[in-house]
Amino acid sequence: MNSVIQVSNVVTRFGSNLVHDGINLSVRQGEIYGLLGGSGSGKSTLLREMIMLQRPQSGEISVLGYDLLSLGRNEAAWLRGQWGVLFQAGALYSSLTVAENVGIKLKEYAGLPGNILQEIVRMKIRMVGLPDYAANLYPAELSGGMIKRASLARALAMDPGLLFLDEPTSGLDPIGAEAFDKLILELREMLNLTVVMVTHDLDSIWTIVDRLAVLGDKKVIAEGSLKEVMSQSHPIIQQFFHGERGRIRVQHGE
Amino acid sequence: MEALDHPAEITFLQDEEGELLLVSSGVWHVATLKQVIPLLERQTRKLSVRSLRWDVSGISSIDSAGMVLIEYYLNLFGKQGIAVEVVGASPEQQKLYQMVASYISAAPKVPEKQSRFLQPIRHLGESVMVFVRDFNAFLSFVGEDFVVLTLLLLQPWKMRYRAIVKHIHDAGVRALPIITLTSFLIGVVIAYQGAVQLQKFGANIFVVDMIGISVTRELAPLITAIVVAGRTGSSYTAQIGVMKITQEIDAMRIMGFEPHRFLVLPRVFAVMIALPLMIFFADIIGIAGGMLVANLHLNISMAEFIHRLQGMLDVKHVWIGVAKGPFFAWLIAMTGCFRGFQVSRDTESIGRYTTVSVVNAIFLVIACDALFSVVLTELGI
Repeated sequence: MNSVIQVSNVVTRFGSNLVHDGINLSVRQGEIYGLLGGSGSGKSTLLREMIMLQRPQSGEISVLGYDLLSLGRNEAAWLRGQWGVLFQAGALYSSLTVAENVGIKLKEYAGLPGNILQEIVRMKIRMVGLPDYAANLYPAELSGGMIKRASLARALAMDPGLLFLDEPTSGLDPIGAEAFDKLILELREMLNLTVVMVTHDLDSIWTIVDRLAVLGDKKVIAEGSLKEVMSQSHPIIQQFFHGERGRIRVQHGE
Repeated sequence: MEALDHPAEITFLQDEEGELLLVSSGVWHVATLKQVIPLLERQTRKLSVRSLRWDVSGISSIDSAGMVLIEYYLNLFGKQGIAVEVVGASPEQQKLYQMVASYISAAPKVPEKQSRFLQPIRHLGESVMVFVRDFNAFLSFVGEDFVVLTLLLLQPWKMRYRAIVKHIHDAGVRALPIITLTSFLIGVVIAYQGAVQLQKFGANIFVVDMIGISVTRELAPLITAIVVAGRTGSSYTAQIGVMKITQEIDAMRIMGFEPHRFLVLPRVFAVMIALPLMIFFADIIGIAGGMLVANLHLNISMAEFIHRLQGMLDVKHVWIGVAKGPFFAWLIAMTGCFRGFQVSRDTESIGRYTTVSVVNAIFLVIACDALFSVVLTELGI
């Protein structure tokens, strides 16, 4: 399997606060990859570094074969077209309707005529399971689950091969979270996506994540399939999976 | 990047039996579709055949946008009564097509567009309704405020005195530099404008009357109020609006902290106390500005200016100007707080309501000033 994202020896520092001290991990083509860790373990920072919102102090991050730290303007622009990002709070543009939010990148970059563009937007909105009337609503009029879905539709607008999700199920009720997990699985099947997600949702980790990395102590303390990770004896992993909630989940999962 | 090297292509061929054949090739991705659309548009308009074949075997890669495009034109052919046979689709392409087709079938009804001529009338109606709703909401806001105020007057120790002092500092003391600058310039402008006219008549000394009365009675109150509306009214809207978005207001209500007692009344009182004082301050600076110009331009010495001022300026003009302060202050602070409470869940509405609050406050201040002029003139004061 060839890897889509390769992170090696990444060091990140905010002032005197060392966040990452030599992170290594790789994401393979077509898998759903989970980034786990407690609050403040630098998962979201790592995600931001993968999507070029932030630069690490040293190390190497390559996405689709391009080294993010030595990238030209044109390559960076092309690369940004290859992924979609779902931000934690949705980050929908509040002055635009859902349809305009989904279509904004298409309008800017694809140069398609209006009627085709609308067809594509409508398809994406239905694809993420939103009703048609949602297209004309503004973000402020949406519920939490609808915001996540609309934001996912926007992330998928350009048919990216790579999807980054920052805590996709946070703030959703268990039913909504489960439906969202299912949606991500379906979309992966349909669109051949590679998905990288930051999450603490034990249910998501059990049901949809293929491989995962656990961040702790400024490093990756375990990487691999859930089984491989759970067999590690590192205290953080023990706490995470064998704490009260993790134990219940393990029993259900069997 | 390889996708851009093989953009989507399509050619229209006529085979031996005269059947039309569409041959498509290249990469049909969202970013590479641009070229084929004009060609397809042109060709589909002038088709006269009953059936055609569409060969898609040359397409090396296709995404959902490409599928939507194909589906769109298949639909269009269908509407023209042309039978289309698609050949050469790979299993993956068929699967993607099934999926896309299932999502784009049954286009929703587009709501009928209203007549262009009726639009302005509709907008007018909507604006009137918004105005009526806002007006009612403002009245109930004022009502709520007075209820809380009445209860507070019965238990005056519950007043948030510390907050009042803090708001006086923010709205009053910290605004003094800008008030100084604007009122000084107003004094200078009035003196200059008057000087030119009065010099023609040799009536230089009357510039003192002009500055004295206009600044104290009208200009200082108005300019100060406008500066405060822009500076403090807007910040009240933004502060309360942010608290509304972050649900702090809800949290306060839950804990039994009446927002009017904690947020609105301290602000209203603070501005009502600070504004008259600021007006008096602006009176002094404005007159000083005028005095300076009178001295430099009209050769009226400072002693002469002050002597004349003492002689002609009735103290009632100063009182009237200062007395306008609390009224203007109440309008500014209430509008600012009211609009803040109207902010809804999205961040954009903070900007909108802040603008609205400043515009409203300035309008109300000027309207109130006009009312004062009429009433006081009728009363002969």
